[in-house]
Amino acid sequence: MTAIDHTAVTLDPEEARRVRQERLERIGRWLLPLAIMVLAIWLWDRICVWNDIPKYILPRPGVVLQTLFGDAGLLFSSLLVTLRITFLSLLLAVIGGVGLAVLFTQSKWVEMSFFPFAIVLQVTPIVAIFPLINIYVDNQTTKLLLCAWIVAFFPILSNTTLGLNSVDRNLRDMFKLNGATRWQQLRYLRLPAAMPYFLGGLKIAGGLSLIGAVVAEFVAGAQGQSSGLASRIIEAGYRLNAPRLFAALILISFTGILIFLVLSLISHLILRRWHESALKQER
Amino acid sequence: MQEKVAQAPASTSGKGPMLLALRGVGKVFSNGVTALSDVDLTIREGDFLSLLGPSGCGKSTALRLIAGLATPTSGLLDWRGSSAADRSDIGFVFQEPTLLPWADVFDNVWLPLRLKGVSRAKAAPVVMEMLARVHLTGFEKAVPRELSGGMKMRVSIARAMVTKPRVLLMDEPFAALDEITRFKLNDDLLELWQDERFTVVFVTHSVFESVFLSSRVVVMAARPGRVFKELAIDASYPRNEVFRTSPAYAALCRQTSDVLIGAINSTAGPHHDGH
Repeated sequence: MTAIDHTAVTLDPEEARRVRQERLERIGRWLLPLAIMVLAIWLWDRICVWNDIPKYILPRPGVVLQTLFGDAGLLFSSLLVTLRITFLSLLLAVIGGVGLAVLFTQSKWVEMSFFPFAIVLQVTPIVAIFPLINIYVDNQTTKLLLCAWIVAFFPILSNTTLGLNSVDRNLRDMFKLNGATRWQQLRYLRLPAAMPYFLGGLKIAGGLSLIGAVVAEFVAGAQGQSSGLASRIIEAGYRLNAPRLFAALILISFTGILIFLVLSLISHLILRRWHESALKQER
Repeated sequence: MQEKVAQAPASTSGKGPMLLALRGVGKVFSNGVTALSDVDLTIREGDFLSLLGPSGCGKSTALRLIAGLATPTSGLLDWRGSSAADRSDIGFVFQEPTLLPWADVFDNVWLPLRLKGVSRAKAAPVVMEMLARVHLTGFEKAVPRELSGGMKMRVSIARAMVTKPRVLLMDEPFAALDEITRFKLNDDLLELWQDERFTVVFVTHSVFESVFLSSRVVVMAARPGRVFKELAIDASYPRNEVFRTSPAYAALCRQTSDVLIGAINSTAGPHHDGH
């Protein structure tokens, strides 16, 4: 509960070593990946120079960075298109996933009947389904959304279903004893209990919806109808514009990282007071 | 802190009017296990009744039947002519604190009232009073993981009592606590019981706890779960540390312990030597 002031007490060698170890680990956690990253970029640059690799095959990191700034207008407007699909599909995945999960927990029969279909939808590669979607759906945005949604909704559905069903038996009895209605049990017991599970699913779905959006654009972009980041990559590939290809790739990666970080932060803020996963380890 | 109640104790055995009777109650589970067989038991208003017995004697099952969480296979429950209790007549304290981990102490105690549609503002005075009764004033905003085991159990008791039930059913509530905490909670529970005059049915496997708390101890035997013997604990309330260390208490414990051993042997006997 109370913070222990390390400077106020004299530590024995063992404890002092432990404190030093912890401080080192804290620094190392940030410094090591950063150092490796810098080293890798430097090596990349050197390889280009040592082997005289032309920039349409492997551009030097500096060139990529230049392109990132030079083509910023083009790339960022494309990024916005991809982001729009990503977030809309994530939103729909949340609504669909949670909605279906709630429906499933209302009746075992519904769950038994429909869960297999959700699995079928999940395990079939989206690239293989897309040609069908392409035939049946006209609107470009709808096509992409549907694709990204199919990829993203399953983790939310399966996690939330698990969460809604893993409520402590005694707590359920307690609600029953107090004459709680089905709705009250959902509102005050099952939904809050499912929150950690849902947030876990959301973190996975966030990344998947970006992947879904990009993959869908790739398949659709082959028909030259899209303007997202994926079509920039395809286009750059055709024109042997490797620097822009790399720049677009970096943008996608950073977007993915950012989505993950934001969702992790949301998860932490919601769970920090009560759930084990969000608590700092205490000795 | 602890106010001594001046007036005479609520009841020892069989003084108050009948609240509930179990008449020939039996329970057989779908897997064929007979949890309870032909249990006759009368619970009177103001009783502090303990169900004491080895594990598997059906004491928890009996409590669940009384709570209405399960229905008897045979026999009937008689709540003064009605077969089921009014829901608001029953408070239940589980073996674990069974709190909502995401809700703070206030919200946890408010919950039973909230489920009945009582608003936060309306419930606040009752909830705060209940928290004061279990000595948790000032902890309204704490979440369960910030509390010790004993404090969590206090929250659980406050939650069970917030609807002012006539009977409090407790299923080995203090079994997981350390002895010092358990003694303190026993004292505070008795104090609460004497002030509010409700009825308690208390399941335990501790001879010492049952004797210290109860006006009546019902010793149960296992396989099949049944009532072995009823004992009146003839010692006046309030009971406190002085009682806990008195020869009278020790004698009552010895007496109860002997009966419990008899109950355990009545199970083991035919089981091991029968054939």
